[in-house]
Amino acid sequence: MAERHFVPKSDIEYTKADFTSDQMVKWCPGCGDHAILSSLLNTFPKTHTKKENVCMVSGIGCSSRIPYYVDTYGFHSIHGRACAIATGVKLANPELSVWVNMGDGDSMAIGGNHLIHAVRRNQDLNITIFNNEIYGLTKGQYSPTTKFGQVTKTSPYGTIDYPFNPGELVMGAQGTFFARSLDCVPPLTTDVMTRAAQHDGASVVEVLQNCMIFNDKTHAAITDRAVRDDRTIVLEPGKPMLYGKEKNKGIRFNGRCLESVTIGENGITIDDILVYDETTEDTGIHMMLARMKGDLPVALGVIRNVKKPSYTQLYEDQMDEQMQNGKYKCVDDLLNSGDTWEV
Amino acid sequence: MSQDQIVNKDDIVIRFAGDSGDGMQLSGTLFSDASALTGNDIATFPDYPAEIRAPHNTVAGVSGYQVHVGSHIYSSGDKCDILVAMNPASFKSQLKWAKRGATVIVDIDTFTDEAMEKAGYTENPFTDELERAYTIVRAPITSFTAKIGTEKGADKKTYDKCRNMFALGMIFYITHKTLDKTYAYLERKFAKKPEVVELNKAVLTEGYEYADKLELIHSHIIEVAHADMPKGRYRNITGNVATAWGLLAASERSGRRLFLGSYPITPATDVMVELAKHKSLGARVFQAEDEIAGICSAIGASYAGALACTSTSGPGLSLKSEALGLAVMVELPLVVVDVQRGGPSTGLPTKTEQSDLNQALYGRNGEAPLVVVAASSSANCFYWAYTAAKIALEHMTPVVLLTDGYLGNGSQLFRIPKTADLPSITPRLAKPNDPNYRPFRRDEEKYAREWALPGMEGLRHRVGGLEKCPDGPLSTDPENHALMTKNRQEKVNRVANYIPDQEVTGNPDGDLLVVGWGGTSGALTLAVEELNKEGKKVAYTHFNYICPLPKNTGDILRRYKKIVVCELNNGQFAGYLRTQYPECPMTQYNKVMGLPFEVGELKEHFNKLLNA
Repeated sequence: MAERHFVPKSDIEYTKADFTSDQMVKWCPGCGDHAILSSLLNTFPKTHTKKENVCMVSGIGCSSRIPYYVDTYGFHSIHGRACAIATGVKLANPELSVWVNMGDGDSMAIGGNHLIHAVRRNQDLNITIFNNEIYGLTKGQYSPTTKFGQVTKTSPYGTIDYPFNPGELVMGAQGTFFARSLDCVPPLTTDVMTRAAQHDGASVVEVLQNCMIFNDKTHAAITDRAVRDDRTIVLEPGKPMLYGKEKNKGIRFNGRCLESVTIGENGITIDDILVYDETTEDTGIHMMLARMKGDLPVALGVIRNVKKPSYTQLYEDQMDEQMQNGKYKCVDDLLNSGDTWEV
Repeated sequence: MSQDQIVNKDDIVIRFAGDSGDGMQLSGTLFSDASALTGNDIATFPDYPAEIRAPHNTVAGVSGYQVHVGSHIYSSGDKCDILVAMNPASFKSQLKWAKRGATVIVDIDTFTDEAMEKAGYTENPFTDELERAYTIVRAPITSFTAKIGTEKGADKKTYDKCRNMFALGMIFYITHKTLDKTYAYLERKFAKKPEVVELNKAVLTEGYEYADKLELIHSHIIEVAHADMPKGRYRNITGNVATAWGLLAASERSGRRLFLGSYPITPATDVMVELAKHKSLGARVFQAEDEIAGICSAIGASYAGALACTSTSGPGLSLKSEALGLAVMVELPLVVVDVQRGGPSTGLPTKTEQSDLNQALYGRNGEAPLVVVAASSSANCFYWAYTAAKIALEHMTPVVLLTDGYLGNGSQLFRIPKTADLPSITPRLAKPNDPNYRPFRRDEEKYAREWALPGMEGLRHRVGGLEKCPDGPLSTDPENHALMTKNRQEKVNRVANYIPDQEVTGNPDGDLLVVGWGGTSGALTLAVEELNKEGKKVAYTHFNYICPLPKNTGDILRRYKKIVVCELNNGQFAGYLRTQYPECPMTQYNKVMGLPFEVGELKEHFNKLLNA
């Protein structure tokens, strides 16, 4: 099957300012969304997409206000349905670069069904999940990603809901692209968003985002500067998975599971460290990487990136084939097909 | 037979009944097609259970297919003149649909003790009383078919599937028709299996010849009058296919890509099934993960510039409510096809009803007006789908098209139009780089906004469910919300300026005005026609434009002292009319049985009103 690209490229050298809208940004001061917006605005010029062909689609929630702040076509829709609406946008006009922005509640509670099916079909959408592990716009109820046991307005005795890990969900749905970033590291966010845009098919970027009003410091255990290098690992294709302030810690597969090891201790050498490959078709290792926490560093960067024909490509191939070789060329042909008779 | 044995009739109703999977629908279709090809008007209606293959030989598993042929056919008919019952269960459950005096053909071979017990018979089903009321023909269908099958070297599984051909052959004889059209059909359908063609033809012929030898039948040969139809090219079409084709025609005439986002649901699925075949005509069909994604994908497609549609039935429309409100708010064109079924909840999935009207009119949060139209025959589903699309695209509004299971699954003759002769459709597209473009700027006449599509230069804008001001940005200003609410309503109201006046048929000077809407027009038309022939004075008006109503509706209603609003629900349209015309006293005739109206019951009720 010939690989096709449907979104036309632009020769214009856009800047961040070209994509910044004139609307006042109304998020709380200090909200992680500001940084994610900035990363996104920096991403668009790097994709070389014609500005008119960019379409932002969002659901409902704090993060879903984002279409108003981006000077492109945009649709701020209803709670949970952004993936479904975006799917229709892309099917009606495959030349559009379609971006979906959702929060954790929007994408994995009310909109969970649409997310998994968009991912399963590998529909060509760039999906960003702003994960602050709380319902912010309704003022602090637990979400599908809230940590087990956490006290929130609707879990005064601690939640008894086991949380989703978005990466596991995406891979369980046969996702072809999953990346993770932190709101507080905008260059990394821009980098993974750019790679998401280059991916043909459904790409999901999870950004761990801080809601300083209702769930402040929920990601602090990994994002604080003091611990970040030891608590996270930025994956780099083709390189051994090393991390830590001294870059002396690494990820090893011990035959049963992943473990964190230190080079030079217990006879560990660089050869024991897993070399990262984002393109393995089998989700096994990617799933393990997406799940890392606790003693293992949280994986950041592109965790999975495999090639598989996108829904857009398969759809357009079928359309083109039928348009060229189909039985009917116009509706009159159809109306007069089969058994008809003259009176 | 000699010519004097033949009874001439205007029409005849035949009902084929058997186990689901006995091929009753095929028998019915072959008969109706052959009739249409030989100059009759036709209408058909399948009456099947929700179960795909309920237990063999049980009443739950009986599937029926009714065919009405004649000179002037409005509906698939009330009770039948001929009933074919392929097993005891179908005899038991379907006899109630036979007229007194009807010819009832049973496959007597199937009346074994076991099958009769399964059907719920404890004694001989052919009581003296039944023998007096009907002409019961005990035909050995299974054994004759088996004999031919064995002669032709076919296995039991294959020849058992041909039993329906035997019955069909008998029907052809009784209705004084030839077999050649059906031979030709079988040759086409099984072109790759000549042995199957031979077997089916042989069984069909045997049935025909068997009937010829039956004295019992000779006094019951019926010749049905030919139809006097306007000149033109005709075909048979079901309502769901007609709906799909109407949308395709609207796409071609408007120059907008057709998009259908739907989820399978009885009895609407066939709209999606049909459109899925037509990628060559540009139909972009998306089978969504659920009803909500069906409409949401359509809304997205509409934003991107498609003639966007979603098809569903009652429970699906409930699921689409919130998104329908979004379509109202963003003022995008959208066609929602609701093939109504018995409700509430799962209700009667395979049976017909008109009880989604209130849901279509009011089933959204907030002040959320939209356009509602209804088809009134299987064939005119084509025109109403086309009209719904035209209104949506020209007035920038969601439109709900109400059809129902009876129209959708039933079939009728359809005079094939030329698409070039259909009314033009001019979508309200914005002009690229128009410096004056504002998302919610309206034109003075229609109050419709312009449609700016992603990809168009210089028209970048944002839409969404939050209230906006006319220039586009968000607004929570109280005055603005009042204005936008008023404008959205006014836009829908003004559709009335673009639709024809409501007509009155029957005897316009009648003592009684019969009011109907949607899929009931066949039975209502015939009831009113027959009463007027009998010397009564009955006027009749049938609504297809539901919201907004035609502008002369009040003038019509105010002319009559006696009005009866007839519908297959508890009075939803009557209630809607009362809120708009409280000065007009209206009575109701309602039926909520999952069944269409019968002419007989309507006439009886109208007579009562006339005599009161």
